[in-house]
Amino acid sequence: MTTEDKYPTEKLKCWNEAKEIRLKFYQDYAEAHDKGGLRWAGGAWTFDAIPAGLGDDVYPITSEPYSATIAFDKELSLECMEATEVKGYPRDLCAYMRNYWGSIITDKFAFGYKDGKFAPRFTGAKPIGFPKPDFIWQDHICCSHAKWYQVVSDLEGGIPMYSVDNSVGPSNELTDSKIKYVVEQLKDGIKFLEKTTGRDYDDELMYKAIRNHFVSTSKWAEICELNKAIPAPLDEKSIYSLYVLGTLQKAGKQVADYYEKVLLPEVKDRVKRGIAAVPNERVRVMSDTQPPWSFLSIFRYLEKFGCISIGSLYTFGLIGQWEVKKDGTWGAKTIPDVEFSSRDQALYEYVKYELHKPEWQHFYSCHLKSDMMIRIAKEWKLDGVMLHYNRGCEGLSVGIAENRLALLDAGFPVMAFEGNNADEREFDEARTKAKINAFMETLGVK
Amino acid sequence: MIEQFKNIEKNRHDYAKNWKKKNKGKVLGYFCTYVPEEILYAAGVLPVRVLGSHEPQDVTEPHIFGMFCPFCRDCLAQGLKNRYKYLDGLMIAQSCLHIRQAYTSWIKHRPVEFEKFLCMPHKVQSPHAYEYLTEEYKVFKKEVEKWTSKKITDKDLDRSIKTYNENRRLMRKLYDLRKRDKPPLTGEEVMEIIMAMQMSDKAEHNKMLKELLPKLEKYTPDRETGRRLMILGSEDDDTVFMNMVENCGATFVIDDHCTGSRYFWNEVENNGKDKLASIASRYVDRIPCPSKDWEERKRIPHILKLCKDWKVDGVIIMQQKFCDPHELDFVAIKKALEDADIPTLFLEFDVTVPIGQFKIRVEAFLEMIGEEDLF
Repeated sequence: MTTEDKYPTEKLKCWNEAKEIRLKFYQDYAEAHDKGGLRWAGGAWTFDAIPAGLGDDVYPITSEPYSATIAFDKELSLECMEATEVKGYPRDLCAYMRNYWGSIITDKFAFGYKDGKFAPRFTGAKPIGFPKPDFIWQDHICCSHAKWYQVVSDLEGGIPMYSVDNSVGPSNELTDSKIKYVVEQLKDGIKFLEKTTGRDYDDELMYKAIRNHFVSTSKWAEICELNKAIPAPLDEKSIYSLYVLGTLQKAGKQVADYYEKVLLPEVKDRVKRGIAAVPNERVRVMSDTQPPWSFLSIFRYLEKFGCISIGSLYTFGLIGQWEVKKDGTWGAKTIPDVEFSSRDQALYEYVKYELHKPEWQHFYSCHLKSDMMIRIAKEWKLDGVMLHYNRGCEGLSVGIAENRLALLDAGFPVMAFEGNNADEREFDEARTKAKINAFMETLGVK
Repeated sequence: MIEQFKNIEKNRHDYAKNWKKKNKGKVLGYFCTYVPEEILYAAGVLPVRVLGSHEPQDVTEPHIFGMFCPFCRDCLAQGLKNRYKYLDGLMIAQSCLHIRQAYTSWIKHRPVEFEKFLCMPHKVQSPHAYEYLTEEYKVFKKEVEKWTSKKITDKDLDRSIKTYNENRRLMRKLYDLRKRDKPPLTGEEVMEIIMAMQMSDKAEHNKMLKELLPKLEKYTPDRETGRRLMILGSEDDDTVFMNMVENCGATFVIDDHCTGSRYFWNEVENNGKDKLASIASRYVDRIPCPSKDWEERKRIPHILKLCKDWKVDGVIIMQQKFCDPHELDFVAIKKALEDADIPTLFLEFDVTVPIGQFKIRVEAFLEMIGEEDLF
């Protein structure tokens, strides 16, 4: 089954740096109080440049990547899921959310200390208790988002919570009124932060964080754009470990710098030198929605056929910001060329930019998502699509059946497989591999 | 006494077609009770709520992933089966993700003359929601005017608001009668009246209610009331279930459903601003759907008050299978009710419910409530 190599390959040089940034993120959060700092919790999509205005010692934990970390630790995940179910929450709810709540209920953090060093629990570290956040700063576009933290607050005996409604419609229908609605909420949110923490708010720090946000999201898109190349310089399994930095702290300087100054130059260099992620690349596919985190091995299984998953709308557009370029193709969104002169103006620019996020568009219409997926399939020169019918995330699975129909109509073979991003009890590895076998045969690479 | 309401509900399609013929107007189907019907009605459009048919179906599998609620699939099935072919327009106001799929699939596969996704804000607890929604309404009003080729004047809006408010007031009166020791209507009958309310011309429904209410005021039913129950949760138009429970020695005296009290509880109040702003205030301030009930859970004190005012002995919490917004609320609601010494029974609904199994559970629940009478 394994096919001959066609291209040279090599490991990413900046791989370890990404891992270090990730680990430090969780360590900073866990140890924030030891240094007199603050901890806050919110989703990966939250407007994280806003709490940055409270000071340089304010550390977040973002719910989805943290829950994916738990999912990767199968033993802990099962414990979390079961603890959540005992509390009465249904098992068809968002699987990330159930892992996260379980971590609070069991009071087990997915990280701890091993020989005095901060490390993930699954590496043998003794877990610490779940570090309670000082406040919640969330956004709401999916039905579960603000509700997620309502329950967190319940479970923790009450945590001050603020959530921003960003569900104002697709970017092609944006109006001044829609942007202002979000801006006004952010302004109220700043007052909430000042009142809750007793700190004075520093607009300059916020301006810097917004700049970081622009860089992280635009540069991440630029990196993904490079995967149009044949051979692709990055495979999706690796992309998962890289995009996650943007889900942790897209407004953080460490993330912006890593994407702009470290990863982007290296991927550009790989393209220039024809370095492949998968040396036997013969066919190209994309996936959709979060993967089943406990079973990323299915992406390695694809490689045996010479099949590379080059990414997905999910990995490209969850954090990355895109725009249609003059030649009609999709490219990284241009970083706004504006100086920030006031809180209102900075927030307006921030919101206007962020509401174009590709992964927010399908919340209004699955057809907008189908259009973007077909665009990727064409521009990234794909042979087929693997759709993860993800029982663990209603927000990203919404409309997925219509996406399948649209992709088929556009002439792309589609393999749908059912699973769950964070509840391994709902993923059948053997069945999925059997489906992959059949799909590869369809693509002519058995 | 409620035959005329039942007729509308049972013959909803004929009703709408006849209305169209008689009034030479347009009919718009809508999916969520956050749709501002007043604006449509002011333009001479009949808004009718799209509900399912409670029949097993096999047409929606290619369109909606099976982990989404049965209600959204049942609604889409009605469209795909061409049962709503007479609709001129289709609309949804932003609420849950599930029902949104029925809308997006429908407009693609059964296109209509006018389609609208209205960006109803989620954060109804934000003071900025009013102004934002008013602006959305201004755009919507223009779109409706363009579609119907009719200018919607303030007078039209006034007339529409008046008709809708009267409808809401009459329904509140009807609900007040259910506070009696012997409620004049069963929960099943009230459900028929509300379903008809969502599918008929409000002026006509008002007329029917005005005829019904004096009769109800004088009426004392023969049947035993039994245990006084509340039902709350997701969309619910399952009259078969209501009938089963009420034949087990109980009466539903109050509900908290979007197909029930949440639909009509609040009126449009003239807040001194323009008409659209007044309508917007009504939809922002109404008893919320759980998808909009945050950061504070405002529905809980409302539910507890309903229980107290309607002297409820127990609550059946139902939800459509996979209904995330309600699943995210019911644990907290159950706790609040139990803290208030109100027993609860949780049931998960599908397009059809396992009536035999549910009957056993309901009987056990009613027995449990009646424990103190036994010993």
